[in-house]
Amino acid sequence: MSAPETPGECGSPDSPGSAGAKSQGGVLRETERIQSGPGPGRGPFGGGMVAQKSLDFGPSARRLAGRLRPQRLKVAAVMALAVLSVGLTVMGPRLLGRATDLIFSGVFGRLLQGTTQAEAVANLRARGEGGLADMLSGMDVVPGQGVDFDAVARVLLLVLGVYVAAAVLAWLQGFILNDVVQGAVRQMRNDVETKINRLPLSYFDRQPRGELLSRVTNDIDNVSQTLQQTMSQLLVSLLTVVGVLAMMFSISPTLALIALVTVPVGMVVTTQIMKRSQGLFVDQWRRTGTLNSHIEETFTGHSLVKVFGRQREVEQVFGRENDALFAAGFGAQFVSGLIMPVMMFLGNLNYVVIAVLGGLRVANGSMTLGEVQAFIQYSRQFTQPLTQLASMVNLLQSGVASAERVFELLDAEEEPVEQAAPLATDGRGEVVFEHVSFRYEEDRPLIEDLSLVARPGQTVAIVGPTGAGKTTLVNLVMRFYDVDAGRITLDGVDIASMRRGDLRGRTGMVLQDTWLFGGTIRDNIAYGRPDATPEQLLEAARATFVDRFVHNLPDGYDTVIDEEGGSLSAGERQLVTIARAFLADPALLILDEATSSVDTRTELLVQQAMAALRSDRTSFVIAHRLSTIRDADLILVMESGRIVEQGTHEELLDLAGAYAALYQAQFAAAVS
Amino acid sequence: MLLRLLRVRLAPYRPAIVLIVVLQFLATMAALYLPSLNADIIDNGVAQGDTGYITRLGGVMLGVSMIQILCSVGAVYVGARTAMSVARDLRAELFARVGTFSAREVALFGAPSLITRTTNDVQQVGMLVLMTFTMMVSAPIMMVGGVAMAVREDVGLSWLVAVAVPVLFVAVGLIASRMVPGFRLMQTRIDVVNRVLREQITGIRVVRAFVREPVEAARFGRANDDVTEVAVRTGRWMATMFPTVMLILNVSSVAVLWFGGHRVDDGAMQVGSLTAFLAYLVQILMAVMMASFMLMMIPRAAVCADRIGEVLETDSSVVPPVDPVQPSTRGGGLSLRSVTYSYPGADDPVLRSVNLEVRAGQTVAVVGSTGAGKTTLVNLVPRLFDVTSGEVRVDGVDVRRLDPEVLWSRIGLVPQKAFLFSGTVADNLRHGKPEATEADLWEALEIAQARDFVEEMTGGLDALISQGGANLSGGQRQRLAIARAVVRRPDIYLFDDAFSALDLATDVRLRVALAPVTTTAAVLLVAQRISSIVGADEIVVLEDGAVVGRGTHDELLETCATYQEIVVSQLTPEEAV
Repeated sequence: MSAPETPGECGSPDSPGSAGAKSQGGVLRETERIQSGPGPGRGPFGGGMVAQKSLDFGPSARRLAGRLRPQRLKVAAVMALAVLSVGLTVMGPRLLGRATDLIFSGVFGRLLQGTTQAEAVANLRARGEGGLADMLSGMDVVPGQGVDFDAVARVLLLVLGVYVAAAVLAWLQGFILNDVVQGAVRQMRNDVETKINRLPLSYFDRQPRGELLSRVTNDIDNVSQTLQQTMSQLLVSLLTVVGVLAMMFSISPTLALIALVTVPVGMVVTTQIMKRSQGLFVDQWRRTGTLNSHIEETFTGHSLVKVFGRQREVEQVFGRENDALFAAGFGAQFVSGLIMPVMMFLGNLNYVVIAVLGGLRVANGSMTLGEVQAFIQYSRQFTQPLTQLASMVNLLQSGVASAERVFELLDAEEEPVEQAAPLATDGRGEVVFEHVSFRYEEDRPLIEDLSLVARPGQTVAIVGPTGAGKTTLVNLVMRFYDVDAGRITLDGVDIASMRRGDLRGRTGMVLQDTWLFGGTIRDNIAYGRPDATPEQLLEAARATFVDRFVHNLPDGYDTVIDEEGGSLSAGERQLVTIARAFLADPALLILDEATSSVDTRTELLVQQAMAALRSDRTSFVIAHRLSTIRDADLILVMESGRIVEQGTHEELLDLAGAYAALYQAQFAAAVS
Repeated sequence: MLLRLLRVRLAPYRPAIVLIVVLQFLATMAALYLPSLNADIIDNGVAQGDTGYITRLGGVMLGVSMIQILCSVGAVYVGARTAMSVARDLRAELFARVGTFSAREVALFGAPSLITRTTNDVQQVGMLVLMTFTMMVSAPIMMVGGVAMAVREDVGLSWLVAVAVPVLFVAVGLIASRMVPGFRLMQTRIDVVNRVLREQITGIRVVRAFVREPVEAARFGRANDDVTEVAVRTGRWMATMFPTVMLILNVSSVAVLWFGGHRVDDGAMQVGSLTAFLAYLVQILMAVMMASFMLMMIPRAAVCADRIGEVLETDSSVVPPVDPVQPSTRGGGLSLRSVTYSYPGADDPVLRSVNLEVRAGQTVAVVGSTGAGKTTLVNLVPRLFDVTSGEVRVDGVDVRRLDPEVLWSRIGLVPQKAFLFSGTVADNLRHGKPEATEADLWEALEIAQARDFVEEMTGGLDALISQGGANLSGGQRQRLAIARAVVRRPDIYLFDDAFSALDLATDVRLRVALAPVTTTAAVLLVAQRISSIVGADEIVVLEDGAVVGRGTHDELLETCATYQEIVVSQLTPEEAV
């Protein structure tokens, strides 16, 4: 596929390969035209959206082809093999036609009287059978002699050899191409994986998750399927069209020209059909999306739909969307399904015309029967790859559109490369914020001039309303984001000068949104420290009360859980994530609403266990529940990105400020 | 399963299917007739030098071609329509089926899996039906017809067909039998790759926090290598397929010419018939090839059909009563009598002989540790599950004997996970009461302490909420979910840890505002915070699925050790007293 853009790379410009490549380029341009010309009068989304999305068809296709460059030797071999194999295959009918001629001549020869062909022709004319005489004069007949089976055998053996050779070459070509394509797909997947690990976190926060997931899964799958399905067919089909045309011209330029009329007619017809079907397909996929999201919502909110008595309404909406999808799907499938019969009809028209004209020409002696037979075979071989090419355009369009989306991901800006030297201090987790300022968006200041000190062994709690910037502090300490001004130090070293890996290796973090991967509970706990001994793992599980509920599970620690958690309740999932951070035993531990679904009694016990085991380490705790943070050594009250109060529980109560008000709210409720 | 599934669903479309078969039959016959006409042109026209005959038959061929395209287009039309109808019906059936499911069955399959089954799997089955109608139906016709025509042209050569067809069939079958397991394996391995990527993206913060990027990259690399390995292996078989088929086809043509040539020389066969025979053989073999390719589609569709069938054959564990009882009274409250519930397959019950009574105007709170069975208890009331033993009564009637619609209309549920539907704020609030006025909505929002932020949203009540409420904070979602229940003014309120994301001040204001609305309603409240439940008429303490204490806050402080521990965990000892 890299041929059309860089013909020089894969062979000399005169090689047969580049002939195919040129016409391939033509097809691609044709595609572009379809893409960018959605035509007026269609719906506001329909074709217009596709045109916009695939506007860069050329460059993206070129870039996709460019991904095969590392394997260009193999690609060149594939090209060469394809040319040879198609060339041989194309010769087949011509040679078979010669065998037919030999047989036909033999049959004729037996019927004829006379000693030479000229004599026989003359005899026929004398009997007034001018027509037959005309035909005979175009043949190579020895009167009186039957079929020359030695000659037939020689021809047929040759054909057999040609076919076997063509098959072997085609097989080799497919074999190598398969390796090339799979290698390219594998590389693309690996590139995406590498990219994911290099992207800054802001990218993931910005990008809707479902969208990103779709790019790395559906789109890559689509590209891989497109490459697998089109690459080999595209090449072979194109070469076949060229080869067959060449053979047809060599037999009869007149008939070939007639057959050639099929090409533009076929092109116009398929383009017209596809222009329509493409719009309908877009419609179909849009409808699928709408229906899908309705289904998703209904199934996810299943109990609410029931309890709020919305079942009937939901079914009505579903029925409407389902019918719409049916209509769109039917339209798309019908219109696109027309291509095959229409192309077959064109092929048959061709067949009829050639049969008639060819028959007439044989009758007047300007062509042999074998040539007509060969020509008919060629004309059938000719329409088939054309149909294939036409149907591949659809596939290619969708594949390149997907490739473009993957490239967009691969082109996204990466985290700056770190040049800092590895750092080997063995600190205990002293964290200092010095006049830190940060904002996610240019014009919306979030954290302004914030300073704080957390000493080793301290538990620092942060409270405050939603949007006060609590979680942002975590993001900054972990260097998911970098500060705009000021600095943060860990054990006296500016974290901006540390490698992210070193920094994070010494911090542990538990978030409100529990993330568990598919695997056993044991694997999930060991995630932060794969080399932990079973004893250490058990200790962490006990301290976090995971051990208690794990005993009630059928398979204990080997119970397999998935992303959604399955058999675990919300609180139990949180406990597992705490155990995970706990086992990693970091110098600095950050708990961001990590126990919001855990009951307070269990939470207290977990806190006590932690306090005992982490007496010399630093912890940050963010929570709504004041009971969670009451015993902290330092409580920071945040409002709109600033620390408005700080101190211990008692000190803050004495201050009678924001914290005291929050606390009174709880206390008032408790006694009312 | 695929056959069983389709037999029933295709039954209503029998006339259409008959029409498709007829049209495909005609189209195939027309296609088969062409070589025969061509043979006539050669034998009777060319060989006799009769040009008039040639053009006349040419006209006939043209007519036959016309018939063929008309029939083909007709078959595609009816086929696409029928196949898409079957897909539509299947989707509707699945959707309705899931609608009858209880939370237990939904959890069993998992919502994502149910979604995939309703959309992708149905799509696959639909495509198989479509391909069958447009291609598969004509393949056997083409085979049988082709053989018939070939034999008609020359019986003596028909043994060639008898050799070539099985050879091709066996060759394609052998290759396909290698490919199909490969395809299946490939699909599972692609799923693994996608799952790894998915986990890495959803867990990106955790991966980075634990500096596990290299390990994740290695894990991905292995999954990627696995899928590449099987893809290469399967792809090689695929690469073998085409040359093999072509070779068999071409060798057959050579054989036809060799043996046919002898028969022509013997005068047993005409030259035109030889050409026609050649054309038929190619058509037959093409049909065999097409049929084999189609057969390769079946395993994949069969897997999908199995998955669809599983859903359709699952009965809901919660069955609406055949003969529902109309409760004589309203406002009769809610009671649980010796309720036991076990999850299917679990040894220990989640709830053990729980008794509980909430009268109208009362608030009963349930507290207990993580995994004590609080959420399960709440879900038993609207019959999201059914009890294993014992009974749940609403207005004095066992919920299993009530019309579900009647039951649900009396309940306002606020679940642990505040789920909102896409649409406007007003749409969401009106879910339980479509006829609610704007004033009703604002009132509910005010009670739920949500008025301020809804007013600030662009559009107010008409502000758009994205799917699942992703554009709102956890606390905002929770308040809207509470407002949604309040709009309904139900007889029974069920709050399942519904205040957890609210800061304390908001929590207090909300409960104060809620009090006047719930004076005649029964309120069942699950909470972690003592402050949320301290004013309840009765507090029930759950521990490992059993009730270990009940009474008011003050009574429990005296009598229940577990409750004391819970309180102490939240208040300092002095405050608790």
